[in-house]
Amino acid sequence: MHQPITQPEPEDSPEQQAFRLDARRWIAANCPPTLLGSSHVFHGGSKEPGRADARLWFARCHARGWTVPSWPVEYGGAGLSARLAQIIRDEMDAAGAPLPLNGQGITVIGPTILEIGTPEQKAQHLPRIANGEVRWCQGFSEPNAGSDLAAVATAARLDGGHYIVNGSKLWTTHGDLADWMFCLVRTNPAASKRQGLSLLLFAMDSAGVSTRPVELISGSSVFTECFFADVRVPADGLLGGLDKGWNVARRILEHERSSESRPGGIIGSGPGSGPGGDGRTLSMLARPYVETENGRFADDHLRIAIARQEMEQRALALLQALADRTNRMHGRIASSEQTSIFKYLSTELTSRRMEIYLDVMGQQGLGWDGAGFSDAELHATRYWLYSKAFTIAGGCSEVQLDIIANRILGLPR
Amino acid sequence: MLLDEDERLLEDSADALFRTKAPIARLRALRDRPPGDRIDRALWREMAQLGWPAIPWATDYDGLDFGYRGLGVIARQAGRTLALTPLLATVWLGGTLVHEAGTDAQKRQYLPAVARGDLLLALALEEAHKHRPRPRETRAMPVDGGLRLDGCKRHVIDGGSADLQIVAAADAEGVTLCLVPRDAAGVTIRPVNAIDPRDLADIDYVNVFVPAERILGRAGGGGEALAHALDLGRIGLAAEMLGAAEEAFDRTVEYLKVRRQFGVQLGSLQSLKHRCAHMFCQLELARAVLDDALTAIDDGRPAAELARLASMAKAGIGQCLHRVSREAVQMHGGIAMTDEADIGFFLKRAAFAEQALGDANFHSGRFATLEGY
Repeated sequence: MHQPITQPEPEDSPEQQAFRLDARRWIAANCPPTLLGSSHVFHGGSKEPGRADARLWFARCHARGWTVPSWPVEYGGAGLSARLAQIIRDEMDAAGAPLPLNGQGITVIGPTILEIGTPEQKAQHLPRIANGEVRWCQGFSEPNAGSDLAAVATAARLDGGHYIVNGSKLWTTHGDLADWMFCLVRTNPAASKRQGLSLLLFAMDSAGVSTRPVELISGSSVFTECFFADVRVPADGLLGGLDKGWNVARRILEHERSSESRPGGIIGSGPGSGPGGDGRTLSMLARPYVETENGRFADDHLRIAIARQEMEQRALALLQALADRTNRMHGRIASSEQTSIFKYLSTELTSRRMEIYLDVMGQQGLGWDGAGFSDAELHATRYWLYSKAFTIAGGCSEVQLDIIANRILGLPR
Repeated sequence: MLLDEDERLLEDSADALFRTKAPIARLRALRDRPPGDRIDRALWREMAQLGWPAIPWATDYDGLDFGYRGLGVIARQAGRTLALTPLLATVWLGGTLVHEAGTDAQKRQYLPAVARGDLLLALALEEAHKHRPRPRETRAMPVDGGLRLDGCKRHVIDGGSADLQIVAAADAEGVTLCLVPRDAAGVTIRPVNAIDPRDLADIDYVNVFVPAERILGRAGGGGEALAHALDLGRIGLAAEMLGAAEEAFDRTVEYLKVRRQFGVQLGSLQSLKHRCAHMFCQLELARAVLDDALTAIDDGRPAAELARLASMAKAGIGQCLHRVSREAVQMHGGIAMTDEADIGFFLKRAAFAEQALGDANFHSGRFATLEGY
């Protein structure tokens, strides 16, 4: 029997309730009003300063450890429990305040360094993530290592006190804006695929590192290709042990999937995402395009398709809420199996939503730019194209289904 | 589903009872009996002794006031073994109607009898081959001392066995709910032999006299209670459907682990693995929806919100069961086509349950209406 993954939610204790009220008051007093309801977030580093009000909000939060509330105080956090950190997050969400800081540093590599880094690595990197000094990027995928991540070929050869790195990475999000990279490299070419990998941390301004933007079918270019020519990385940049990179990468991907699969992650945003976005649902977006009879959509086929989509989005929100409450009660983070379920469901659902919206817009959904199309239409069309990445990136849907079949259902490999 | 300690104990005892007293072998035995006599009365007596029919009612009516979440736990476990129980017709639908529409005297007369397991109810609503939430053709006309009832009802769940039918009739003012004993003059019960051996009957009412004290509540005033009872019934049926889907899925996954073809376990083939993993994700969604729908009943959330959740549950879990029951047959292969294999019973139950109280299209359309499109 496969047990469900949920448990009841704990009530606030009196101390938690007091903390919640304090947090609420502080957020109301300190979040710049111009930021409320907006999605302007500071991402750290120096190459993209962002808006002044977002920087101010970031600085105020950092001063009390609230960019990373659950991290220890010595690393720039506030040393709070996961429960109290969640209360802060809930209160910020409720107030319409954006996150004070976002990016791979606080969501992915920071938590991993906190889990498995050496004391020196923690001291070197964590405070600079928390204080916004360093922005991180992820060097995982390569031209010949996409869904089959273990096929990574970028080589790192130990030479005295340094690793010499040669090769290239593809699909590195904002590689051009990042200051440091966590990079999956092959340190032992003789070992089997997964056994010979390691994770290296190095600065993007190291000699021999270069980046090039990758233009997507949607016309945007958040992704870059990164090239490494005899890059010298100090040996203490090794995270998690020599040839232990596969396990480190898996842990990192779990952090990534859990941050992407919930409202506020890239997956939960976009036109028609309802409460996870600007509050507008697919049926609201569709209304200007469809014939109605007394307010009811006349095309019954479309009406049913939209209803099924919206019902499933609600079901997913209910499932997410249950899982969050369970994890919070047990003071744990989402398991690998849980994140696979949510990654698969949320990306497939978003992809289907954009397909329905494109169909609803008809000819108006075919514009690239210029006259004849509204800004919202052009944005939606680009987002439809961009949404194709969701079921591919971060472990494609088929990889998630493999994980669920093997690890939850126990089907033979 | 997320269960508290009491609910988990209830789940354990329901699981034990249904697996020992109502396994699928029992369903086969009931199938061999004539239609109209397929209620498992021995099982119902045991359920009544455990107090299960009394779960939702206030103690004023000899209920246990345990809440619909508890009733949902039992329905889901009953679904796992495809147990035929009067729970849906007598408690979720009939009991709710008496509770919502009945006068205090009627509640005191009928609900304790339901709680004891001594009174079986049936809702006589449907008049066509597809679900309609309100009666159109059945009429209740005022006569001296009461009403005169005329109409034909179709596929009444537990209609062959119920002691008392609650007949939904249309009149100028709205819906009138009439309590009609099975042996009343002018009532003809014609049991239906369906693929799912559940007790179903077509019932004709010709010039049936309904005395005033057997009008449930007020003539013409039953519309709201009917709508509410239907939503509760849909959620209860969805709980049963989820249990059936979970069991069919578990049996299929286990089968894929033992069945060997091409020199490998079938379950090692990626085409099958991915379909199973997809179904598991759909089951996760189904569990979350059922959980919130049951909670919404106990929390007394507003009718429109309850209606949305009832439609989400009936449509979503219906589609999930549809897929799981079909895939279960496909993945079991040729053996699934034999009567000897149990898995075919899940397919038959799925087909019945999907139609009952509104199919996925009906509820998707209803959700759209509730959302204003």
